[in-house]
Amino acid sequence: MSKRAGHVLRLATPLKAWAQRFALFLLVGATFGLMMLGKADTVLIERARVAVTDAVAPMLDAASRPVSSFNAALENARELVHVREENARLRNQVTELSHWQQQARSLESENMVLRRLLNFAPEAGRSSLTARVIGDQSGVFRRSVLVNAGYGEGVRKGQPAMTGDGLAGRVAEVGQHSARVLLITDLNSRIPVFVGEARDRAILAGDNSSIAGLQYLAPGVHPPVGSRVVTSGQGGVFPPGLPVGVVSASNEQGIQVRPFVDWQHLEYLRLIDYELPGLLQSDGRAISEDGSQPSAVTDVIKN
Amino acid sequence: MKHSPLQRLDLWARALSPFALTVLLILASVALVRSPEIAPVVPSLAMTAVFYWSVFRPDLLPPWAIFLLGLFQDLITGIPVGAGVLALLIVYFSVAAQRRFFSSASFFMLWVSFILIAAIASLPMWLAASFMLGRFVDPAPVLLQYLATIAVYPCLAWLFGHAQQAFLRTA
Repeated sequence: MSKRAGHVLRLATPLKAWAQRFALFLLVGATFGLMMLGKADTVLIERARVAVTDAVAPMLDAASRPVSSFNAALENARELVHVREENARLRNQVTELSHWQQQARSLESENMVLRRLLNFAPEAGRSSLTARVIGDQSGVFRRSVLVNAGYGEGVRKGQPAMTGDGLAGRVAEVGQHSARVLLITDLNSRIPVFVGEARDRAILAGDNSSIAGLQYLAPGVHPPVGSRVVTSGQGGVFPPGLPVGVVSASNEQGIQVRPFVDWQHLEYLRLIDYELPGLLQSDGRAISEDGSQPSAVTDVIKN
Repeated sequence: MKHSPLQRLDLWARALSPFALTVLLILASVALVRSPEIAPVVPSLAMTAVFYWSVFRPDLLPPWAIFLLGLFQDLITGIPVGAGVLALLIVYFSVAAQRRFFSSASFFMLWVSFILIAAIASLPMWLAASFMLGRFVDPAPVLLQYLATIAVYPCLAWLFGHAQQAFLRTA
């Protein structure tokens, strides 16, 4: 090794130093050019990202399997320790929830009757596709994950991504067999929502932490802690009523929302096809009815 | 010294190992799905790798290769494109400027140097990323990432040392 280092040092002639300085200017210049390009032409950079992600997606897919099974094993061990308490807690929850279920059922039937009375335009149908999370880009500058489904599987830009708990994010970039989901906690995520029972309009804005904030609430509106936050469907990007989170703090600094999604177990995401129901379904069931009756909502989206 | 084609292929593959190892580390930092609480603490593995190879085998990781690695890292990990490249180039050229010192530095001196150089590289990365995103990114996670990066240096240096022993002894 030392012999080698000496060899390198002897070669460090003025010519070599000059070449190095030239490389420095060239590469740093290229880097700044790249940044300017990224600032000016975001589409080009997005395409490059998609191409690279697509290329490594199979590798990430393969790698994520043992990683997730390792995580699952760890989780199993942890759960085993608390199994008794967990059981008691779940029993309580079941009693509580069955009460809610009764209530939801009766409300649902009541709602259906009222809708029929009002001749309410039917909502656009939804179909969904479940994709596995194969990569996590969350870091200092970004909160997003990669999933193993893309254009080829029917994923489209803008589709909401859900877990069983609630809204996790929306599809931001789509490759052939991979896609990037921008999480609702990302710095660039802005989602129109309704807050609380009063259904006050607001924008849910991420800030790269694990919680999100509410912006543009009407002046004088102070939703209490514990208010549910759901998507409002304004702008037509998201279907209305997807559960997002609960207000966890409300003070001078702003209103914070704790998402329902369990970020630690983000393993599968359900990507919801809202705009064109049925394209993903091979048997074509439940589409003809909704698809042939263009509701107000679908019209807005298509324009 | 003449080599047969097969030997030459072998040497060539061995010479690629620093580059390949760094690509794998970048992929690994994306492959691990993690909770948002620890996300900012994930160290910049590429920065550590570039520092190590710039010190020990700069001939195998020339500046243009570092540029490519940085670009790959930025595209795959979602760092605003260019910000990560800038940080890696700063690391490389900081080492290149003091080659004489590094060629005889002890492990401890290397670590101290890395603590300094990683700081010098992280600050412009933060500024460039903030410029690209159009607003100031919270500096606290950047600081946490920096601390995590310098903390894992000994482990990675050990790993790279073994890789160097295994693949590059003859090259």
